[in-house]
Amino acid sequence: MHPIRLYFEVSKTHLLSKVRQTIVAMLGVTFGIGMYIIMMSFMIGLNELLDGLVLNRTPHIQLFTKTDPSEVQPVSRYFNSSDNIHLIHSIKPKSRLERIPNALPILSELKANEKVKGATPQTTCKVFYLAGTNNLNGVINGIDVNEEVRLFNFKDYIVEGEVNSLLRKKNSVLLGAGIAKKLGLSVGDKLQVLSTNGVNYSLSVEGIFQSGLAEVDDVQSYVNLKMAQQILGVGNNYISRIHIKLHDMEEAQAMAQMIENLYDIRALDIKTANAQFDTGSDVRTLISYAVSITILIVAGFGIYNILNMFIYEKMNDIAILRATGFTGRDVMIIFIIQALVIGILGGILGLILGYGASVIIDNIPYVTEALPTVKTYPIKYDLSFYITGFAFALVFTFLAGYLPAVRAKKIDPVTIIRGQ
Amino acid sequence: MRPVLETKNINKYFWEPVEFHVLKDISIQLQKGEFVSIMGKSGCGKSTLLYILSTMDSDYQGDLFIDGQNMSNLSRKDLAGIRNEKIGFIFQFHYLLAEFSVLKNVMLPALKLGKESERIIKQKALEKLDILGIADQANKKAFRISGGQKQRVAIARALINDPLIIMGDEPTGNLDSKNSENVFNILRDLGNQQDLSMLIVTHDLDFAQKTDRIIQMGDGVILES
Repeated sequence: MHPIRLYFEVSKTHLLSKVRQTIVAMLGVTFGIGMYIIMMSFMIGLNELLDGLVLNRTPHIQLFTKTDPSEVQPVSRYFNSSDNIHLIHSIKPKSRLERIPNALPILSELKANEKVKGATPQTTCKVFYLAGTNNLNGVINGIDVNEEVRLFNFKDYIVEGEVNSLLRKKNSVLLGAGIAKKLGLSVGDKLQVLSTNGVNYSLSVEGIFQSGLAEVDDVQSYVNLKMAQQILGVGNNYISRIHIKLHDMEEAQAMAQMIENLYDIRALDIKTANAQFDTGSDVRTLISYAVSITILIVAGFGIYNILNMFIYEKMNDIAILRATGFTGRDVMIIFIIQALVIGILGGILGLILGYGASVIIDNIPYVTEALPTVKTYPIKYDLSFYITGFAFALVFTFLAGYLPAVRAKKIDPVTIIRGQ
Repeated sequence: MRPVLETKNINKYFWEPVEFHVLKDISIQLQKGEFVSIMGKSGCGKSTLLYILSTMDSDYQGDLFIDGQNMSNLSRKDLAGIRNEKIGFIFQFHYLLAEFSVLKNVMLPALKLGKESERIIKQKALEKLDILGIADQANKKAFRISGGQKQRVAIARALINDPLIIMGDEPTGNLDSKNSENVFNILRDLGNQQDLSMLIVTHDLDFAQKTDRIIQMGDGVILES
């Protein structure tokens, strides 16, 4: 009989003769791994949801015209500042256009840059929404619909109507949910707006969007870029903002710096624009990792304890096997096999438990105003959680079998017999 | 003729709880086919000596020769091999693997030795059990048979690899006089038939007097052999 077969046969007898103990040890592994997978899937799912809430719709870099006062005043250029003291009070920014100068060449240059995933122009016009005798302040954004959908998941925020209607009909408008409610309008109705030039336009409401941010939903609406330019009464090179999405968000800061150096324009990167969000996100990630490591360690010790007891109860058998001619190595292998069988079976059950519970959580309804796209609790399905969990189960069950066995290997059999 | 087992000046100390010189310059010999019993009061070191002779305890000074080979320098792995092949050990409390069948208990040392096929080992194990009159219990779990039967299973296990020496640590200590006599007769017959050497630690004077030679021990020394 091949030694390996002998090891397996002895292991099998041990595992099967006390099925209840074996199952308890296995379930210890199962719960540890299952909990780890569930917690990871749920926490990371939530984190990504929250991150996505901001990141998906926030451009990595926003370009707009500078409005801050010139840093170097003419007087400093003319008089040497080491010999003179300049006192200028009440500096005002110089008059500037609201549009980005040379917007179209900048846009096409950005689009050609390989780091840039996409860049989209926006034209913002301030209007009044006319509701009976009331004029409500509002902002109409002219957008490049296809690019907004591709880069910023614009489609996800349309709760009624259809985003493509902006392409089909020139005077269609997507109205913020808040303002639509105030005006008592729904899809198919007409919206009267008054431009700052005093011209009245009639737009057709083709959709309602809800971003989840009340201050946006109460004032903003979207039209086609051309329509916005028409409302403003300007040409097609009038672009007030450019939104850039990069392939790698981490490069935003450097890229923004470069753009500011190249063009006479203000470039705001996402890190600067959302500093507090970034901190929040970091803290959440930190907490997730702390929790998951804690779960793993607690589960690990649970597994180790249960298995250790399982092995120590077999000390008698170890002594007998050693006394009848089995070497310390034979005995060690036999107990490692048992530990690993428990680890593998328990681990597989744990993976199934983790996945099953994740699917259940994924189907529990979760409705919130702020997140029109979210219908159920978020779960992140990531193979790496499953691999980590399983590898962890194997390592800990191996150690739990190995450590007592290696101790039993190093002592004379008589030591165990005397100790009984 | 070369002795089957020989010791030269074996000394052993216990360090816990206090230093204690258990065995002092033990030198004994065991010839082939000899049936020897070791007697002595409790605590005189006879079991300790037996564990050293059976290679289960390697923490001693002096030389131990089994079949002419010096055991003192061998690794634990090699010692396990010697125990497996050359020594059959019978414990006072039988020491069977409770969850294994009687047959498997007897077979395991031979399976470990791995010199014969599983089928032949099984046949041999059944033969040994038959000699000891418990072949009908072969498929029962070891914890389900009586004490006397267990002791006979332990003897069958000790015999399975056709060892040179059978060692017993009070193999009849737990048995009534009838079973005890039974075990003695079995060992005696085996010794005669197969030319086995026997080294049995016992308290039982009746048992000892029927053996070829008695080694008397007291306070860690051989008083008489």
